[in-house]
Amino acid sequence: MGKTKTAIANKKSAGLHNSIVYVVQHWQLYVFFLLPALVLTIVFRYIPMGGILIAFEKYNPIKGILGSEWVGFKHFQRFLSSPDFLSYLGNTIKLSVFGMLWGFPVPILLAFLLNRIERTGVKKKIQLALYMPNFISVIVLCGIVRIFLSVTGPVNLLLGTQINFMTMPQAWRTIYIASGIWQGAGWGSIIYTAALSNASTELKEAAVIDGANIFQQIKAVEWPAIKSTVVIQFIMQAGNIMSVGFEKAYALQTDLNLASSEIIATYVYKKGLISGDYSFSTAVGLFNTVINVILLVAVNKIVAKMNDGQGI
Amino acid sequence: MKKKSKFARYSLQDKALLTVGYILLGLFVVAIIVPMIYIIVASFIDPVTLQNKGITFDFSKWTLTAYERVMTNAQIWVGFKNAVVYSVVFTFVSVLVTMLAAYPMSRPDFRGRKFFNIIFVITMFFGGGLIPTYLLISNMGLKNSMWAIILPGAFSVWNMIIARTYYQGIPGELREAADVDGANELTFFFRILLPVCTPIIATLSLWQFVGMWNSYFDAMIYLDEASKQPLQLVLRAILIQSKPDEGMISDMQSTAERAQLSELLKYATIIISSLPLLVMYPFFQKYFDSGIMAGSVKG
Repeated sequence: MGKTKTAIANKKSAGLHNSIVYVVQHWQLYVFFLLPALVLTIVFRYIPMGGILIAFEKYNPIKGILGSEWVGFKHFQRFLSSPDFLSYLGNTIKLSVFGMLWGFPVPILLAFLLNRIERTGVKKKIQLALYMPNFISVIVLCGIVRIFLSVTGPVNLLLGTQINFMTMPQAWRTIYIASGIWQGAGWGSIIYTAALSNASTELKEAAVIDGANIFQQIKAVEWPAIKSTVVIQFIMQAGNIMSVGFEKAYALQTDLNLASSEIIATYVYKKGLISGDYSFSTAVGLFNTVINVILLVAVNKIVAKMNDGQGI
Repeated sequence: MKKKSKFARYSLQDKALLTVGYILLGLFVVAIIVPMIYIIVASFIDPVTLQNKGITFDFSKWTLTAYERVMTNAQIWVGFKNAVVYSVVFTFVSVLVTMLAAYPMSRPDFRGRKFFNIIFVITMFFGGGLIPTYLLISNMGLKNSMWAIILPGAFSVWNMIIARTYYQGIPGELREAADVDGANELTFFFRILLPVCTPIIATLSLWQFVGMWNSYFDAMIYLDEASKQPLQLVLRAILIQSKPDEGMISDMQSTAERAQLSELLKYATIIISSLPLLVMYPFFQKYFDSGIMAGSVKG
């Protein structure tokens, strides 16, 4: 008994000794390679985590984070009991859930179709066009959307109507999601196209010779090739349900469509940086982050169960 | 003898299915190209005609006035210059820091690898949020400095993971052949390792460059001075807020004329601001593809 304990202790101290020797010998790896990234991470990622404390305070910039008055969960209660809470939460969740429902399958379908085009020249040209919108900035995309949907814009000219789409809350999510698919679906298909190109051609030939129809081919050859990629992409997107992009939502907002366009991210920005209500805004942001982490863990667990224990 | 195309080998049912699929694909491509062509044509139309009738191929109604006004506007060029500076500096800093950090993280013998990995990965899922980050950057005195928009996002954990995966695919003999001891890791890294990593460096550089070029949020909250604003903020004033720089429309007398001209300017602004990336991207396309492959192999 005593012997094993000393042995373990010896082993431990030997391990520690080895580590020190390693670090001394390879000090460059720590100082030149790792340190810059570590400093950036600590300063710009971990120090702000400490700043979350102001969500539980009545933050006063002069007194600082540590000197401000402690108020506990007051800001959370205020947010959760405000009449707008359910509306903002609903807008955020609906925007990303519907966005995912519509947007997630499109790149996969595009990849399946592209994969069946035999003439590489044609395929390359189609891909060039499909990827192009990805290089347009959010501002330009939203500018285009606003121009096309304005009262005097081409859509109204075409329909012979004068509908102001950008002021209609009921149209806003459709506009956001459709323009998102327009911009991102082609680009999103690259990762699946890459995975499909790894599918065994022999297997595919064999399936064709066996007289398998397209659905059977997809089931036997193509789906297995992209399944793991689909799972990873799904988890990543589902886990980001609460972090739907601020930039685009804000650029598509007008005063009249706020009923569906005000999401938590834009609310945090307006409350915090425009109205200067730092503590309340931090509390709302923290609420959002926590839900997001819970969702990510939950989705990962669920997918892992369905996918024979393989999550990420 | 003519080689039988694969399409002919499909059954009737499959042919129908594929035809529907290709038609949908074709419609998608049309939906992308038609708006772009519309914008190009519209940017040449006389503002009054554009508002009342839309585009026309009656060339007497065509004009270059929008381009003249946008090209001679100083604010646009300030925005371009700033965007180039910020994007180039950001790309350089970001790719350097990321490639450096990924190297020890790729080595199985690196002590503390697991610990540092946890430190990095946590930040992918949890953070302080907007306000604490904003307060920190303000307190550091970085407001109205380009570092406020460059440093916080310079180290990307996701890109580090991709670079790490790439390093792991490089044969270990490279390092053995170079006979590296702990003291000359830097020489090995810059002289031998980086030169065989050009595909991944190109990919990450393009991602970071395009990302910085197209973003506006950080610049909006940290850079108040007009002389510091990148292109996207100048575009935001013109396209989203419909408030073009006064100099562009001040010679117009009536409000209606100003409004018509502001609309026309939007089209020309979209073309001029988007052209550089759209023209360059086909040349870099192969790097994007290969980079995404590299990142997806081991995830």
